[in-house]
Amino acid sequence: MPNKESLAQMAHLMRRAGFGATREELDRYVAMGYEATVEELIDPPQDMPAGNMALLLRYMPGCLLPGGVPQPGQYNWMFNMITTKRPLEEKVALFWHQVFATGNSKVDNCDQMLEQLVMFRKFGMGNYREMLVELSKNPAMLYWLDNNENHRDAVNENWGRELLELFSMGVSNYTEVDVREASRAFTGWTIAAKLPRQPFGRFPWAFEYLAEDHDDGEKTFLGHTGDLNGEDIIDIIAKEPATARFICRHLYNFFVADEVQVPAWTIQDARDEDALEMMINAFEESGYEIKAVLRTMFNSDFFKNARYSKIKSPAEVVASTLKMVGSYQTPEPTIPDIGPESTYMGQSLLDPPSVEGWYTGQEWINSGSLLARINFVADRVANTSLPGVSAIIGHIKSNGVNSPEELVEASLEHMGFLEVGDETMSQLLDHAKAEGNMNWNDEAAAGTRVGEMLALVGATTEYQFG
Amino acid sequence: MTSTKKDPVIVVLQLTGGNDYFNTVIPYNDPLYVDNRPAVHYEQDQIIKIDDQLGFMPTMGPVKNLYDQGKVAVFHGVGYPDSPRSHFRSMDIWHTCEPDKVGTEGWAGRLARELDPNKENVLTAINFGHGLPRALVVPGVPVAAISDLSNYGVLTGISDVSQRSKALDLFQRMYSPAIGSGMVTDYLRSTGMEAMVGADIVKVAPEMYSSSVEYPASPIAAHLKDIAQVHLAGLGTRIFYTQHASFDTHAGEAAAHPKLWQDVSEGIAAFFEDLHAHGEGDNVVMYLFSEFGRRVHDNGSGTDHGAAGVAFAIGDNVKGGMYGEYPSRKAEDLEQGDLVPNYDFRGLYTTLVEDHFGLDAQPIVNGQFEKLGFL
Repeated sequence: MPNKESLAQMAHLMRRAGFGATREELDRYVAMGYEATVEELIDPPQDMPAGNMALLLRYMPGCLLPGGVPQPGQYNWMFNMITTKRPLEEKVALFWHQVFATGNSKVDNCDQMLEQLVMFRKFGMGNYREMLVELSKNPAMLYWLDNNENHRDAVNENWGRELLELFSMGVSNYTEVDVREASRAFTGWTIAAKLPRQPFGRFPWAFEYLAEDHDDGEKTFLGHTGDLNGEDIIDIIAKEPATARFICRHLYNFFVADEVQVPAWTIQDARDEDALEMMINAFEESGYEIKAVLRTMFNSDFFKNARYSKIKSPAEVVASTLKMVGSYQTPEPTIPDIGPESTYMGQSLLDPPSVEGWYTGQEWINSGSLLARINFVADRVANTSLPGVSAIIGHIKSNGVNSPEELVEASLEHMGFLEVGDETMSQLLDHAKAEGNMNWNDEAAAGTRVGEMLALVGATTEYQFG
Repeated sequence: MTSTKKDPVIVVLQLTGGNDYFNTVIPYNDPLYVDNRPAVHYEQDQIIKIDDQLGFMPTMGPVKNLYDQGKVAVFHGVGYPDSPRSHFRSMDIWHTCEPDKVGTEGWAGRLARELDPNKENVLTAINFGHGLPRALVVPGVPVAAISDLSNYGVLTGISDVSQRSKALDLFQRMYSPAIGSGMVTDYLRSTGMEAMVGADIVKVAPEMYSSSVEYPASPIAAHLKDIAQVHLAGLGTRIFYTQHASFDTHAGEAAAHPKLWQDVSEGIAAFFEDLHAHGEGDNVVMYLFSEFGRRVHDNGSGTDHGAAGVAFAIGDNVKGGMYGEYPSRKAEDLEQGDLVPNYDFRGLYTTLVEDHFGLDAQPIVNGQFEKLGFL
């Protein structure tokens, strides 16, 4: 039987590198060992499938090509997060969705948004330079930032600017002239003729390079002069020290601990400069391999010591809760309802508020979103008919949990080995003690009591961290 | 100043994404309008003429009606120097009044703090929508965020009355202030308490509300209807905030822009009609802004990020009309192809704070700025 500390350590890794893990999964990972688990997460074997798309196709075909409505795309993605056996691949896709934020509010084509996700899954842990090339050819992105309107004779700066400001170097590392020149270099990078919606319906978009619409004049970008094309710009960007720093700080902020918001990065020091240096070294020495940074990061002491130092994002709250309670392991008929749940908490998947993504950390919390989080978790973990909840109750019963102290401790363990402060602990204990010992003779009432205790643990301030 | 004893109230309606000033209040007699907008302009006969120079874009009819009643002030050339042309940076500047550094406090949050320094009412400021705009964020200032007024409360899933009451007691104890629990946890605790108290108070608003006014079916109209309900319930809310998006019309502007303004204009008309039907609204000023205007010359399908923009104030006590100068559209007067702002937005905040709320604006807007006499 694995000791509690290794389980808690593994639960931390799986919250960050995935969407939590069931007790059975934790046991398997602990048996395998920490570093071996990191390797499996980074390089999952072929026989460990992502979300079961064949099953979705059979029961919910509409959500594979949701058209203009985000909701089917959202529950499609949520189903992937809950059921994938390649959790880090899915988490990395969520990371890139936050950094390369593309929104259906404008794209109006969720089919293309899902196609972008497929790209994030495929290239997300690979080489950053290649990732940027793929991103520059991604139809949803081209349309989102108007590069299909970026012409040889009419330059549109939207993509060029955000590529520098938000996707690579960050503000203040380039001039307005660089923005202009980068935009010129990407003229002709477009999508094949977008057919009108009527009467053709939504038509799959494809990348197209129009040499005749490309400005092949001389350009000077960050000190490099020549007939620069898009890939040349990316080559230059990838080598910039500002890029390594910006991307690694994003990875730290997403996987390790909450940083200040991105616009403050030019003026505020990193939360942990030594950690960031380690990640930057891994990035540069590997030739910009994201995998290398992830490996260094997950195996580091700064990561292992960073338990509960991030406010969970709404997508993490929803996916980890549903995974824990065992809901939607198959596409149940009510699966469309899970699409907008994270939206209610302030994160509308596939539809970020802007190209800057979401403000994260403490900014996830306001009185409305806090209520939505607490109520969502409570409604699920207190529902004893859900398979994951009844498994937890069975586990607690078979472990002979009897006293109020044992009930509180077991509930904290099953909610991710949550560590709570002394005050919260004594308040939960007072609440549990008021009802005395467990009475397992009345199994239904005992189950209800466990479910309610899980709900109250989910309502603590501590549970808002992941 | 309002003539009644009612407390002044502001409704901020943020036009997120960068509304196209040149295509909103249109200098239709200027040949440079159509010259610069070969792809994205409104036809002369569609533009709603205000005078012999300016007109509202075609779907602003409901706003024009209010304008004709003298209730709409239009502010020209609003912005700040050296526009970064970034949505986020620009929105941050409008929200924090800090063009030179990254600010952490929002101006409307600071206003809420001045209005309710002892935090007597957790509903002094409410955002209607998901999350909070930075304008309302000031550490230690409670601001409610209501996405849907009809379903708002803590642990609403526990149906057993006695169990729910015990759970709420525990919740209250767990979220009470504690010493030394860390900044983020302190923030969580105070937010949780505010949510609980606010939910308890605000639930009366939909119960008390009845109205014959029909709001159109749009997200902004739904938020404005929620705002009307809370205002009419008299819960002491002084700052209502909401937004409509996305005005980021880089492409397809000819189709998107009219729909955006139709939803906004119709929502505003219904909102004021509703307040007036209840004999209310004379203490309410609605304020509309966007983070920047858009580039003067179109890009063949839409318009890129620009600088100077237009803002509006609407209300019974607003002195309607045109304020300020429309910036020159001549090529030699543009800056990087954009209209140059000639009026600092912080002057509008200053006017609102001093002449509507009767407070000293300096600590709220971080400086002294020229006021406009629209109140």
